[in-house]
Amino acid sequence: MALILTEEQSMLRDSARGLISDKAPVSHLRQLRDSKDATGFSRELWKAFAEMGFTGLLVPEDFGGSALGCVEAGVVMEEIGRTLMPSPFLSTAIVAASALSRGGSTAQKSQHLPKISDGSLLAAFAVDEGAKHRPLQTGLQAKRSGNGFKLNGAKAFVVDGHTADLLIVAARSAGGPGERDGLTLFLVDPKAKGVATERTAMVDSHNAARINFDNVEVNADHVLGEVDQGYHLLEGVLNIGRGAVASEMVGLSEEVFGRTVNYLKERKQFGKAIGEFQALQHRAAQLYIEIEITRAAVLKALQTLDANVDGAGAAVAVAKARAGSTATLAVQEGVQMHGGMGMTDQFDIGFFMKRARVCQELFGDANFHADQLARMKNY
Amino acid sequence: MSDLEKFRRETRAWLEANCPPEMRKPMTSEEDTFWGGRNARFSSEAQRVWFERMRDKGWTVPHWPQEYGGGGLDGEEAKIVRQEMAAIGARAPLASFGISMLGPALLKYGTEAQKKEHLPKITAGLIRWCQGYSEPNAGSDLASLQTRAETDGGDFIINGQKVWTSYANYADWIFCLVRTDPKAKKHDGISFILFDMASKGVSTKPILLISGRSPFCETFFDNVRVPKSHVVGTVNRGWDVAKYLLQHERAMISGMGERGVGRPLGQVAADSVGHDEQGRLEDPILRGQIAAFEIDEAALAAAAERAVDLAKAGQSHPAFSSAMKYYGTELNKRRYEILMSAGGIDALEWESERSKGGARPRAWLRTKANSIEGGTSEVMLGIVAKRILDLPGG
Repeated sequence: MALILTEEQSMLRDSARGLISDKAPVSHLRQLRDSKDATGFSRELWKAFAEMGFTGLLVPEDFGGSALGCVEAGVVMEEIGRTLMPSPFLSTAIVAASALSRGGSTAQKSQHLPKISDGSLLAAFAVDEGAKHRPLQTGLQAKRSGNGFKLNGAKAFVVDGHTADLLIVAARSAGGPGERDGLTLFLVDPKAKGVATERTAMVDSHNAARINFDNVEVNADHVLGEVDQGYHLLEGVLNIGRGAVASEMVGLSEEVFGRTVNYLKERKQFGKAIGEFQALQHRAAQLYIEIEITRAAVLKALQTLDANVDGAGAAVAVAKARAGSTATLAVQEGVQMHGGMGMTDQFDIGFFMKRARVCQELFGDANFHADQLARMKNY
Repeated sequence: MSDLEKFRRETRAWLEANCPPEMRKPMTSEEDTFWGGRNARFSSEAQRVWFERMRDKGWTVPHWPQEYGGGGLDGEEAKIVRQEMAAIGARAPLASFGISMLGPALLKYGTEAQKKEHLPKITAGLIRWCQGYSEPNAGSDLASLQTRAETDGGDFIINGQKVWTSYANYADWIFCLVRTDPKAKKHDGISFILFDMASKGVSTKPILLISGRSPFCETFFDNVRVPKSHVVGTVNRGWDVAKYLLQHERAMISGMGERGVGRPLGQVAADSVGHDEQGRLEDPILRGQIAAFEIDEAALAAAAERAVDLAKAGQSHPAFSSAMKYYGTELNKRRYEILMSAGGIDALEWESERSKGGARPRAWLRTKANSIEGGTSEVMLGIVAKRILDLPGG
């Protein structure tokens, strides 16, 4: 398969770009932030996403979706990255939809997937507990109780957790932190007794929550996949999410870079455009090259995921690590080359820097993925 | 099964049946590369067999037209051959500047007679080529070259000196940039010409490098007579041919680190630093450097694949090979810094049998030229800034 977008994928990109750049430029995020909007994203735009078919991109056709792949999801994520549009697209349409369609029973799929597809259900994925992404260290307790389980513990950095109608929770049903066996995924109603959600305002003005589980009762029907054997499902879904976040970072990096190169051509000092100075030309060229190489690595990971999720671990680790490093470089160069303007809140570039930092942490930073790669290669 | 799937299966089976096991091992010395040419020698029977089988199938250059000894494959098929060769670690049967540099320029700018004369001898490994570009006073500023070609009837008389001519002392023919109009602006008076290194008046002198080896030469031309019909493209428009060839040269140099890579870095490092009880390298910082390197290496491989696919789809920027050249060469230098660090004092031996004559430190030192030859990293970044990013000035 050629490592470029197909004609259909390019058309999808154009329509996503049209909608997002028109309805949700960076000023949209700024407005939500300044008004301390309680939802943190636009439900109207989510409806528009549903009408365009984006919410059901990864949902099987039997459940109202279009059964497209990670490349297509990545195409939309990249456009989201260009304008920093806050949207439940990642949490609901990519991560939750993948978890349900890969691990769900027919009843679970029938119950939730059509609603994800038509935009009426928002879902969130609760994995992280500590300051760093360490899925194997999951410690939230799932104790057998009667026909079901009782959940006790806390989750952090639950993306879109504050508006979710459905939580997918990684819990430890056996063994101890660090062990692959003994992990189970649960579908939890956020309104259930014992669930306490605190919306956490984050540096990037996007949406996340801390969620406490205090003797939350779930029955056996709410197990997603197999009891104690949830790691395989979790890892696959996380890899799909990682590919999507990497795509967002490619869009973000390219947008920052484009704005920065324009500034180099416009801004004059010492009587000439600062882009004439070789010190800046070479740094701009290096950044361009980093972005192009990362773009290729990310598309490779998405295509590999579409071919076989289980065989995509190394490609995803490469893509997420590269995207994190490249976005970090892009926003740093972006601010530096904009000089004092780059430091002002009035200027948009700071929003990109903040979002890049969050995307870097989300589902594992560059160091985490470098370590993963080393483990896969046995060194 | 699609036609391409069928082609992949057939290719895999053919390679399995025809590639000798010795030719699937990583290359460890310079002798492992077969360059062809009038004085070519095979370093082993397996090398001979592998070369001849690939030549007879047209797969020394799978994507060139069959009439010139290529395989006549389209882009997708050629990619499959590359992938299937890589999958079994098959060595390139023939290394050749004729394939990687001159050939593409001849296919685009050469006359039919020139293509018929030269391309089949390249694919068959009969003629070994060298590149006469750089001069003592024309390095990064290549277009200021001074080697002159003056008209004498139907011939040019060539005088001057080239430098950094790779393997000029082993080459049969040279593709050479000469100044045919000294009065024109520097880019407008250059011609691209081919001639036999056995011509009267050509001499070479190897240059001893920091690696203790001499892959490059000084090359001198003293009244060398060359027919005008040996000019490729138009007289005085040789810079167009030269630049086009450089794109291919840069793409080739960018990929140098990918060939004959040898054992994975993690294993090499384990030999000297060992593992901890969890199976991780005992040196955690070296481990991190290796992982960071392998991430960039895998990303570059994806970018190289994508560059070919973009070119095929007509969506590539002609200066993108400069981007790849920059990144690939800097990465290859990083690989060898890691290899030296991983090897520790074992990687410092220069002559012993144990060290294969200091193969690793010599290769390490050789890589330092990667970011100079074919255009320095700084020149590459300047090209990207101006031609791709359209930044102003100079």
